[in-house]
Amino acid sequence: MAQIRIEALNKSFGTFHAVKAASFTVEDGQFLCLLGPSGCGKTTTLRMIAGLELPTSGTIRLGGEDVTMNRASARDIAFVFQLFALYPHMNVRRNIGFPLKCEGIGAAERDRRVVDAARILRISHLLDRSVSGLAGGDRQRVALGRAIVRKPKCFLMDEPLGALDTEMREAMIHELRALHDRLGATTVYVTHDQLEAMAMADMIAVMNNGVVEQVASPRDIYDRPASLFVADFIGSPPMNFLPFRGSLQTGARAIRLGKREVAIPAAREALAESDLVLGVRPEHVRFTDRGMVRGEVYGSEYLGTTQIVTVTTRYGALKARSPASMSFQTGENVGLDFRPDTLSIFDKESGRAIRTALYEGGAHG
Amino acid sequence: MAEVEIGAVSKTFGKTQAVNDLSLTVGDGEFVALLGPTGAGKTTTLRLVAGLETPDSGSIRIGGRDVTGDAPADRDVAFVFQQYSLYPHLTVFENMAFALRAPIRRVPEVDIRAKVQEVARLLHIETKLDNKATQLSGGQMQRVAIGRALVRSPSIYLMDEPLSSLDAKLRGEMRLELKRIQTDLGATILYVTHDQTEAMTMASRIGVIEAGRLMQIGTPREIYENPINAHVAARLGQPTINLLPAALFTGVPPGATTIGARTEHLAIARSGGDVSATVTRIEHLGDQSHLHLDLGGQPVVTLADPEARLGAGDIVSLRLNKPLFFDAAGGRVAA
Repeated sequence: MAQIRIEALNKSFGTFHAVKAASFTVEDGQFLCLLGPSGCGKTTTLRMIAGLELPTSGTIRLGGEDVTMNRASARDIAFVFQLFALYPHMNVRRNIGFPLKCEGIGAAERDRRVVDAARILRISHLLDRSVSGLAGGDRQRVALGRAIVRKPKCFLMDEPLGALDTEMREAMIHELRALHDRLGATTVYVTHDQLEAMAMADMIAVMNNGVVEQVASPRDIYDRPASLFVADFIGSPPMNFLPFRGSLQTGARAIRLGKREVAIPAAREALAESDLVLGVRPEHVRFTDRGMVRGEVYGSEYLGTTQIVTVTTRYGALKARSPASMSFQTGENVGLDFRPDTLSIFDKESGRAIRTALYEGGAHG
Repeated sequence: MAEVEIGAVSKTFGKTQAVNDLSLTVGDGEFVALLGPTGAGKTTTLRLVAGLETPDSGSIRIGGRDVTGDAPADRDVAFVFQQYSLYPHLTVFENMAFALRAPIRRVPEVDIRAKVQEVARLLHIETKLDNKATQLSGGQMQRVAIGRALVRSPSIYLMDEPLSSLDAKLRGEMRLELKRIQTDLGATILYVTHDQTEAMTMASRIGVIEAGRLMQIGTPREIYENPINAHVAARLGQPTINLLPAALFTGVPPGATTIGARTEHLAIARSGGDVSATVTRIEHLGDQSHLHLDLGGQPVVTLADPEARLGAGDIVSLRLNKPLFFDAAGGRVAA
């Protein structure tokens, strides 16, 4: 197992700059998710780590060794693709053992390692089955088996659960994470699904337009987003954004929103008057008659334990998560209040998060 | 819009019983979601209503008229598929107008224009009408596909997982949109999904379907709060309901072998409860945190109170608060 270190990695395809100066480190045994929308450069980054693409500039180190220009086969990496390309004419045992056969490993050793991999993945009972009759989840387990049987230094996975339906995906999320805990292999996992990333990763690198916007633990990514993009991309429903114009003194503990003062985590920088955005997570919106923002209930979405209430206000539609036991009528006039210690403020133009006390609590702020 | 009545319909494919004696009425203006896992028979049910499949037995009535033997075109239904199939060489407007321009309908061009524009406004794609269908994002394409159905005023809209190919963010927005449009138009919708959030947030009633059978039908609240069996209980709710051996607790009604406990059925305190459990993990999923507990070897997952400062290894005390009870076969037992 090994550390993966990416330094100032760039990749251009013609005039298209797919990856822009990406730098991050995946520590030995860590599970890192590259998260972002389609076209953000996450798969290109992964393919460069694998050696399937050569970077335009930058360095890739695997266990300290510079492998930037090494061929894929010389990198001791296992790649798991979204579409499980299994050999249809081989049974499960031969599919899993195939990479070992290619390496010229003898039949006895091969079988021992296949049986071992199958046991880890809990598919021992399927070893002599044909792969064509397998369900999606089992097919993906076989594809994983082909990766782990090689005992590589690290695993690279490109949306391996993307082709599964919701339920199977949820089950596989927990299985993959448990597998990682057992094997302790350094893993880079590409996904556009924030829930997968939040549930599995030790660290998340959020990418947008080729740029790594933030690398942090799932909790910090959610609670202390470094940019508007990250704040908007993570969370379901996403963070509420209230645009306002204002200035900020270092140490200020409130902003002016319309005619009201809104308490915020203490500012750690000063700003001249500019266009700013107040960010509020739906679970930090409270209903109170003395609330600083008023609005009309547009609709509520019942979720069992909780509900999402959408309120139309002068700052746009705001979403609040509240207990399902509270009842709301469409059109009802309500007041909203925000939990001060959790609020974020962003510079509208650059999208950058303004430094406040909120960002001091983070392990990776 | 009209009432749609599915009467004791069965359908087999070879040896597979896809739909088994299923009866369901979708009231005029109602939004009914069929919720179930892959292979439960949801899509087959939808296709039977559309006339894309013929039932082995049973009947389909639309607006009081028996249409069981009618061809799809004679049924006055509009179908929205999971995979939006737009005509790539046509503009958004032409794609949406296509069904209205069918010779059989003879809709005047001025009416077509008005209708397409009205629906495009509802779907927030009115500025895209002159774009080629291929110049749209996935979410816009799916809206056009829904728009193609909405321009018609059929007896019922049949929708087969229309949001499942969208990303999480767009799916969330479209849920609210679709519900609003349905309410505004008073549309009758039969909607198939395996996503419990879609079913709970949009449907007036949810039909839980499993192995071709309709297990329970009711409002989202009825299904969530009052499931008829353990299977239905496990279909709704995040985190999934904890199904625990009754022996772990006292005061369980006779006949009950399993206790079903959701977050709201579990009071967690530092002490003073009925049984104690160990915190194994706190999973931060962003908007919610899941508290994983070990209760006498049984895993329990509940929503963590964001204000409670708990960590792995902490001992907590649990008390049940009006949980659900099930017998050995999974059936509900009254408390």
